[in-house]
Amino acid sequence: MQNLYKTRPLKMWQKAKELRLKFFKDIQTAKENGKTLVLVDSGSFIELPAGLEGHACLEGHPYGATVGMDLDFARECAEEVEARGYARDLCVYTRNFWGSMFRNRYYFGGEFPRPDFCIKRSLCDTESKWLQVCCEHFNMPSFYIDFPLYPDRRTGKEDIEYLATQMSDCIEWMEKITGQKYNDDKFIHAAHNEFRTTSLWAEICTLNKAIPAPLDQKTIYTLYFPTVVSRYEDDTVHFYEELLAEVKDRVSDHIAALATERCRLWDDGIPPWYFLKLYRYLERYGAVVLGSIYTYTLHGAWEDQPDDSWGRATTPEERGMPLKTRDDALRALALWYLEKPIYPGMCLPGPKSEQLLRIIREWRIDGMMMHMNRGCEGLSLGAMEQRLALLKAGVPVTVYEGNSADKREFDENQVLDRLDAFMESLGMKKLDS
Amino acid sequence: MLDVFPKQFQSRHDYAREWKARHNREVIGYLCTYAPEEIIYAAGILPVRVLGGHEPQDVAERHIPTMYCPFSRDVLAQGLLGRYDYLDGLVDGFTCVHMRNVFGSWTLNIPLKYHHYIYTPSDVRGARVKPYFAVQLGKFKESLEAFTGKAISDSSLDSAIDVYNRSRRLLRHIYELRKAENPPVTGAECIEMVVSSQVMDKAEHNKLLEAALAELQSRRPDRETGIRLMMVGSEVDDTEFVRMVESLGSTVVIDDHCTGSRYFWNEVAPATDRLLAIASRYMDRPPCPQKDVQDTRFRFEHIARLVKEYNVQGALLVQQKFCTPHEFDIPKLKAFLQEQFGIPSLFLEVDITIPLGQFRTRVEAFLEMLQLQAV
Ligand code: SF4
Ligand code: SF4
Repeated sequence: MQNLYKTRPLKMWQKAKELRLKFFKDIQTAKENGKTLVLVDSGSFIELPAGLEGHACLEGHPYGATVGMDLDFARECAEEVEARGYARDLCVYTRNFWGSMFRNRYYFGGEFPRPDFCIKRSLCDTESKWLQVCCEHFNMPSFYIDFPLYPDRRTGKEDIEYLATQMSDCIEWMEKITGQKYNDDKFIHAAHNEFRTTSLWAEICTLNKAIPAPLDQKTIYTLYFPTVVSRYEDDTVHFYEELLAEVKDRVSDHIAALATERCRLWDDGIPPWYFLKLYRYLERYGAVVLGSIYTYTLHGAWEDQPDDSWGRATTPEERGMPLKTRDDALRALALWYLEKPIYPGMCLPGPKSEQLLRIIREWRIDGMMMHMNRGCEGLSLGAMEQRLALLKAGVPVTVYEGNSADKREFDENQVLDRLDAFMESLGMKKLDS
Repeated sequence: MLDVFPKQFQSRHDYAREWKARHNREVIGYLCTYAPEEIIYAAGILPVRVLGGHEPQDVAERHIPTMYCPFSRDVLAQGLLGRYDYLDGLVDGFTCVHMRNVFGSWTLNIPLKYHHYIYTPSDVRGARVKPYFAVQLGKFKESLEAFTGKAISDSSLDSAIDVYNRSRRLLRHIYELRKAENPPVTGAECIEMVVSSQVMDKAEHNKLLEAALAELQSRRPDRETGIRLMMVGSEVDDTEFVRMVESLGSTVVIDDHCTGSRYFWNEVAPATDRLLAIASRYMDRPPCPQKDVQDTRFRFEHIARLVKEYNVQGALLVQQKFCTPHEFDIPKLKAFLQEQFGIPSLFLEVDITIPLGQFRTRVEAFLEMLQLQAV
């Protein structure tokens, strides 16, 4: 296979898998361990319950994605939801989650865990409506945090105050419904960890600018998982510190994710979770997929660097913001959330095109593949405009249709044919043929 | 006299061009009924709602995912086809995802002198949303002032609020008449009054509404009311479809959609802080499903009131294909109407064009079932 670089397995791989499993187990055992179980959407505001005596977060997105890898379980979920009169084209994560909830079957075994309360917001139209039905199903209370979404980075005083005061209200509300005294120190520590994790993750992704790339997207799907679900925990921070050190070593030793790297691709959207082997398929062409805005920025903290490149954000503490009181932590956290670079692209189509063009330049990308994911309307916002913007800039793009977690909407042969045609248009040949 | 409304609506593009020439002022389009029109009107600009054309098209697919609703694709297509070439600007809020794609695509591909995005909170009943939304309205006002080069005074805001409230009050009066055992006005006529108000200068439209109200107060209906229906949906401006429904022994006596009552139901309560007053009006209005995010489901409470007040016997749940916010609400709403009020619903999924023949058979069967139930 004409290797150009050395490669070796990632030492932190096993640890990443353990963290993932621990997350799902923690949810399952939350009640027997006396923890409060909180339902949230895609990992937002998970630091807030950290000031309670003990908690675990049941998160819709990771659960929906995991179910999507098991075709039979996912089909049963979809059928259950459709039988209740819901449309087949609803967000597939919602359907996987609801299907499990309605059938009272947790994917990892046993009954579906019953959350104590819910914290909601909505970036796409689905999130809050998804959780609304869950709250009704479990007859549980919920707190809504209205997240202001803009096509540009909006961090005015009134925006920070708006978010911070709502989070503060949420803390008081949690005290009331749980009867617990909220522990500010634990919350401040959780906020500190959130800043560290998300900034470390961006730093790790920045290292993928190297040729050869030390990491590939299929691996990244496992590595980014703790940023979504447990970024406020000490274990998670330590994991990313060690991972950063290892990836730095890989870069300095020219250790490639793909020994035959000849072509660097960028990815868009949520992948078909049941068909991740499409990344292995591309490797036959010597093509490595470096990442996506989804994996790099969903919970990665980025900012412009002094040399105009894109890199990790300096944490509020590094900027000299105090982090001593609950109010300090709330304001710093509000700012941190408002600055997340994924949000402008979820608001309007334009901002993401600019981000993509920048990534194409800085990560030295040869082409882009876009998954038109019928299972997620939120992240499909503007995808067609982004395609046009890339083509206009001379970036080769291929689009394939599918569904991230409903195989009924995925035609494997058609997708592989499309990828073959794309690779050939890039002048690439299968190395093993 | 009521014929004037469909005529006005059909000639909306000519009207806007003519208005523009007559006043030598700008016309700004808006994509969602959460756009605070009063502020645009106070700037001396004509706000018009951008709607679909119900014509087959092949221009939007390059810009918007195929899984987005037909209404959004239709609206964008209208822009790309140049039907709205008289617009000087476009405004959108934090609407549904599909409409935000339309707004973005429009601003990227169709020349405009001005565009503005306003964050309209999702949790409309949240404790802290009104002052924050008022700040966003302040920014919008400033951007309009920069665009026109003229300050928007309190007195022009007051007159705009006045004109808009008058329109809302007149439409409420007309809707009141629908509570009668034999309503003097049909559902199709009501939609025509509402959609024409969305594309006309409200001061002019108010005059038409005043005349219509006077006429309706003495109108003796020359048709049987039949089954009393409620129509629920997002945008339902296809009056041919509503006429077909009403020709089969029924009358749409009330609606909950944004080309109907959701658009005008509540007024701005005048206050010294004009922007806060406007903000409150939009947060307190009957919510669209995208904004009804609390577990209380304020939208259902509102629909329940309408059902009782208008003595509804059956509901038509009209949903644009792929419309996520409505897809989430419909199964619950269907169950809610049946369980709380014993009201059956008929679900109809619509595309850019409505298959009238196919729908006719289904509506007939639904009405027959309701008639049997009534007996
Ligand atoms: S539609 Fe997409 S972004 Fe929205 S909740 Fe579903 S997976 Fe998340
Ligand atoms: S029909 Fe639904 S999805 Fe389409 S624009 Fe209206 S609210 Fe949005």
